Amino acid sequence: MNLKSRHRETLIAYLFLSPNLLGFLIFTSIPVLVSLSFSFFDSQLAPWPQVLSGKFVGFGNFVKLLGFRLQDGVWLANDPKFWKFTGNTLFLMMVIPFQIFGSLVLALIMNQKIRGIVGFRTIYFLPTISNGVAIYLLWQWVYNPNFGLLNSMIAKFGEIVNLSLKGPHWLSNEAWAKPSLMIMGLWVVIGGHNAILYLAALQNIPKDFYDAASIDGANLWQKFWYITWPMISPTTFFITIMAVIFGFQSGFMQAYIMTRGGPNGATTTLEYYIFNNLYEWHHVGYAATIAWFLFIVIFVITLLNWRFGGKLVNY
Amino acid sequence: MDKSHLEGISKELFESKRLRSKREAIRKLATYVVLILGSISMILPFLWMLSTSLKEPQAIYTFPPRWIPEPIIFESYIKVWKIVPFARFYLNSIFIALCVTLGQVMTSAFAAYAFSRLRFPGRDKLFFAYLATMMIPYSVILVPVYILMVYFRWIDSYKALILPAMFTAYGTFMLRQFFMTIPRDLEDAARIDGCSLFGIFWRIIIPLSKPALATLTMFTFMASWNNFMWPLLVTESVEKKTLPIGLAYFQEVYQYTQPDWSLLMAGSLLAVLPVIVMFVFNQRFFVEGIKLTGIKG
Repeated sequence: MNLKSRHRETLIAYLFLSPNLLGFLIFTSIPVLVSLSFSFFDSQLAPWPQVLSGKFVGFGNFVKLLGFRLQDGVWLANDPKFWKFTGNTLFLMMVIPFQIFGSLVLALIMNQKIRGIVGFRTIYFLPTISNGVAIYLLWQWVYNPNFGLLNSMIAKFGEIVNLSLKGPHWLSNEAWAKPSLMIMGLWVVIGGHNAILYLAALQNIPKDFYDAASIDGANLWQKFWYITWPMISPTTFFITIMAVIFGFQSGFMQAYIMTRGGPNGATTTLEYYIFNNLYEWHHVGYAATIAWFLFIVIFVITLLNWRFGGKLVNY
Repeated sequence: MDKSHLEGISKELFESKRLRSKREAIRKLATYVVLILGSISMILPFLWMLSTSLKEPQAIYTFPPRWIPEPIIFESYIKVWKIVPFARFYLNSIFIALCVTLGQVMTSAFAAYAFSRLRFPGRDKLFFAYLATMMIPYSVILVPVYILMVYFRWIDSYKALILPAMFTAYGTFMLRQFFMTIPRDLEDAARIDGCSLFGIFWRIIIPLSKPALATLTMFTFMASWNNFMWPLLVTESVEKKTLPIGLAYFQEVYQYTQPDWSLLMAGSLLAVLPVIVMFVFNQRFFVEGIKLTGIKG
């Protein structure tokens, strides 16, 4: 290829690229850097045309976010709310292993020669595609302490076994609010993307492996442990990384609809805290700081995952 | 080998086969039972939604709840359009989702073609930059883009609802992955015949990528339809609200009173129905799309 046509191709390539690249620069890549610079200012939202007011504070925001101070011989967090919400986020993420395990079991069941597989897959996928707000409103109603589906069923069951059973005040009880969201999360996620990825991975395992194992007299469990599990380990690895990445930055919509982050902040996650800082309190600089902190945490965890998790993956 | 011995073996074989098929049948039965029980627990909340939406207001707060309302009334489905401008929310959601989808599929296809088929300096570095941004939390980008909207005075406008959502690294990545799988021989032949680069894109790549384009179209449409935080941030007036924000606003109407769950459930069902219908008819594309971007790890 001669030089002229090379230049032509470059030009055409950039023409093809330009609409997307322009949008990508304005709405994605430049904002990432701007966001970082925001985190060094104590900016507040101001009336137009000023938009932002605030001064440079260096690492002040990060100190406020992560720092501790000694007061009367006790170490106190500069921002105790942040630590509480971080705890909430991590607590809610404890449902992830259950979600992954559930999806795997579902995929294993669906991977057999059965009729109506498309129908089953569709039903299990319904919560994933449904409008989030609608689902959360529905579950808010399901969790209604007196007339909701769940407590009605618990009470009914109590009648049958002749016990006076009473379900908890799910969402309005500080201890139960997070588990409530986690139970719902299991229901929503179990038949979603992960189950489909697992199912695809299972279907990719050559049948010969199992035939050979059968000849050697392997039982079902041995087949799973020595063939299936290693063969799907890349999928497990991928699913886990994605779930952790999303887990850190989730929990806003459900809490906003179902609990408004309560009771007493029990369901407020970091994402919700960022939203409040930006939208309710107009602390633009602080919101950007939390977002960047989140980014750094996710980055480090992903890096560690690649570094160490990669060893667990076979082939 | 005598005959009786042979008979014995064949009988044994037959027995073990029958035993195995019996065990197989039990296993199959168990599989169906588990799958059906699971399906019921998936569908039950949706039926609860439907049942509630067909109840009279006073029939909602009763114990034990009835699954089949007595009487069945459709009033909620009429009232819901009057209490809040539900039709407006619907139209907004449809309009915004269509614009975002059209824009995103088009710009992504153009960019994906450049990344997968053309040679230009800096291509791989640029593509890596695209990939890298997919790992960045949404909230990192959200803060400055929100400020940008305030600065442009785009708050409470369709521009703010549409434009920032129109360009994604994800769409480009997905289509590029698909374009890479199209054999190059076809284009080489076309090039020799004097087809232009745009011609190759338009006449070869696009027609061959219909499944991937359909998948991206649906993913984007759904994402826009279900998007929550961004429209919540940039809308102020009721007239600009999308369906999810409208539902949340609807819920706020009952902030200080007992919510009318029959109305809320009717509204929710109306919000869920279009995507469910769309999914049921096109679910093959979803499955393919999930595999395309997720299987490599």
